[in-house]
Formats: sequence, structure tokens, C-alpha cells
Amino acid sequence: MSDESQLARSLVSEIESVTARIGRTVRLMEVCGTHTVELRKQGIQSLLPRRVTLVSGPGCPVCVTPSGYIDNAMQLVSEGRAQVATFGDLMKVPGASGRTLSSLAGTGRVRLVYSPRELVEIARGSGLPVVFLAVGFETTVPTIVSALLEARDRGVDNLFLYTAFKTVPPALRFLLSNPEHGIDGFLLPGHVSVIIGADAYAFLERAGGRPGVITGFEGLDMLLGILGLLRQIERGESSVQNAYPRAVRAEGNPRALELIARTLETRSDTWRGLGPIPGAALGLQSWLAESDAEKEFDIPPAEDREPPGCLCSRVIAGMSTPPQCALFGTRCTPDDPVGPCMVSSEGTCSAYFRYGGAR
Amino acid sequence: MCLATPMKIERIVDGRRAIVSEGNVQVEVDVSLLKDPRPGDHVIIHAGYAIETLTLAEAEERLALFRKIAELSGETSGETGAPQ
Repeated sequence: MSDESQLARSLVSEIESVTARIGRTVRLMEVCGTHTVELRKQGIQSLLPRRVTLVSGPGCPVCVTPSGYIDNAMQLVSEGRAQVATFGDLMKVPGASGRTLSSLAGTGRVRLVYSPRELVEIARGSGLPVVFLAVGFETTVPTIVSALLEARDRGVDNLFLYTAFKTVPPALRFLLSNPEHGIDGFLLPGHVSVIIGADAYAFLERAGGRPGVITGFEGLDMLLGILGLLRQIERGESSVQNAYPRAVRAEGNPRALELIARTLETRSDTWRGLGPIPGAALGLQSWLAESDAEKEFDIPPAEDREPPGCLCSRVIAGMSTPPQCALFGTRCTPDDPVGPCMVSSEGTCSAYFRYGGAR
Repeated sequence: MCLATPMKIERIVDGRRAIVSEGNVQVEVDVSLLKDPRPGDHVIIHAGYAIETLTLAEAEERLALFRKIAELSGETSGETGAPQ
């Protein structure tokens, strides 16, 4: 047996012992969409005792973007006012009309990008204004803003951001403010934490808080994170532990944080399924107004309208699991998705559909 | 979406760009979010940008941590008579 699998066995057996001593069902929320996928893909969930329930949180940026945002972006394209550049995940999310950005690919005004680094050249080569659909959490935010500043530095003035940036700590605070949240602990997102640092979760240690463990993405990392949470629950503690210290510092990435502080300001945008969350979004500061697509194109606020029968909003809040939705696996599949949780590869419904996970 | 991959810096191109590798794959990434990127550094790449430097000491610390847990678990299992 390899060193790794021996360690995994030891961790699982320790998880079993601690769970037995806790003596009740515990609900652990994995906040990050990448964890949602990896926990199921790597079969971690199937190794856990029945009394440990993993609940997916609002950690898929595409899933928490209101449907009206897609409609607004499609309108820019169909009116020919701009070329829209986007990460692939957003292409197949239906707007309130049921249409998707990929249905507009024939216009030549929808451009798929893998990295914000491509934006400078795309804008330079386009005869139209280029609007990037700036969706993401703290991990992605500095990369997009960095690309915008690079474009401006190089005199490329036809690149605009349509921001739907979201931030994790205020969303966790918001979840905890619901007295019926039923969450016993948070598996905290590894790569968001690379940017914001472990200290950003200090609020979890205060009254009404819950244990949190910053967790990496390998099988052993995730088992260690779960064990860390269970040990705290057993002892009745609520502290923030960093189980991903090879990547996450207490203070985060100072350069990225400085970039965010210099360019963005907090807003209270709508999260799909959760509504407006105080301070849980970021928009461009006024000195960057001329690169702000909302201002330049007079884009209305994005409304949040759910497709009939879709439980995505409850799934995002950890209140329902995908199999509880009547559309799951029948009318709604990754090939023909109804809601965003099935569209994004990191959506909870998509992860359940592909890897199982109902228990 | 926050998926990121560890890669090694092969060479610095300029203040903004570096070539990184993983196995036989070499790509150019943006390193402007790092304080002092150097060839040989292991970095985490997200969407074409290096977002942090990994240090060996921390990687070793992790292994030591896992070993400690494994030992702990061995003791617990021994006490309860659980199969090894």
C-alpha cells in the first residue's frame, strides 16, 4: 500500500472515531465549487461515516450570478453594441428568456476566453467595444483587474468590465445570520484564501460563529480539513485553522489585495438564490468609470428570476440537495441544463449528476 | 472556477511574464501578482496568472502533519481494537 493511501486510511479511521464520539449527525458546508467537484470526483464523500453530511455552499461564481446578468449581456450582443468576451462556463447558462450566450455565437460578437491575459489583444484587434463578463470570486478578481489595468496602460481604451465580482466572507456571515442555517462547520476555500488570507475569517471565531478549516484540493487535504472540523465540533470550539499552509498565508497575497483595494469598492449586489448580500460584491471605483460597462452602456441592475421548478436557489444556500429537485436528472442535465447549478462544471447539480453524492 | 495548478518557474521573461512548466508542458503566465518570482519557484497558476509561491518548507510541514495524524490515529485504533 502506498504512503498516501495508508495516510488516507488513517485519516478516515480517525474521522470515524471522532464522529462516533460526537454522537450526532453533523453538517459540514464546503464553500468552494472546486471542493464540491473534487470531494465527489475523488470519492471522499463515500469514505465518510453516514453521520457526516457534506452540504455544498454558494461557491460557484456562475451559479450565484443572477439570470438577469445573462439577459443584459445577451442584449449587448444582439443590439450589436459590443463584442462580449467570457469564460466558457457562462456560455450555456440560460437567461430568463431561456436563451444562452452560445446561441448568439453566430453573430461573431461572443468571444470565449480562458485567461484574462487574452483580453488586451482581443480588444486591440476588435473594431467594437469589448465587454468582459467579469464573474468570479477573490481568486479570479485580481487577474481580471490586472488585465484591465494592463490594457489601460497600453492605451487600449475599448475594454470594459461588466462586473459581477463576489466575495466569500460576507456571504458566510450572511448564511450564519439565518437562525435555521444548521451548519456545523465550514470547509473554507483554498484558492480564495490564497488571496484574502486566513485572517479574513476571524469573524467565524466570534459569537455565533462556526469552526472553519482552510483546505487544499488533494484527497488527503480534504480529509484533513474534515477531520479538523470534526475535532473542533467535538471540543465545542469555533476557530479558523489553516490546513493548506503551503499556499495560504495569514495575510494573504499582499500584491493582489493592494490591487483590489486600489481599483474596487464593495457593493451589495444580488446573489442568485440568496438576494442582495451586504458588502458581498465588488465593483470598479469611480476613477475607472470609463472602463465600467454598466456606466458606458447604461446596463440596468440584473434581476434574479428563477426558471419554473428549478431549486437552484435553495441548493446554493445549502437548504436543498439536487435530488430533491423534480427536474434533476430528467428535464435538467448537463447537456440540456435548466438552472446554473447544472450548467457550471462546478455547480452542485452538475457534480451530483456526474459523480453521484446523494445520500 | 477557482481551480489552480502548481507549476514551476523555468525562466522570467520580463517584469510581468514568466515561462512555467509542469511535466512536458510549458506555458507563459503573468507573474505580476507575485513579490519576487524566481526560476525554480513552485507557484500556483489560476487563469494564466501566478497567484502565490509555494515553499518547500510548507510542503514538508504538511507531510509531517499527516504523519503525526497517522500516528495519532494508529494509537486510537489500537485502543479500540479496530482493524488496522
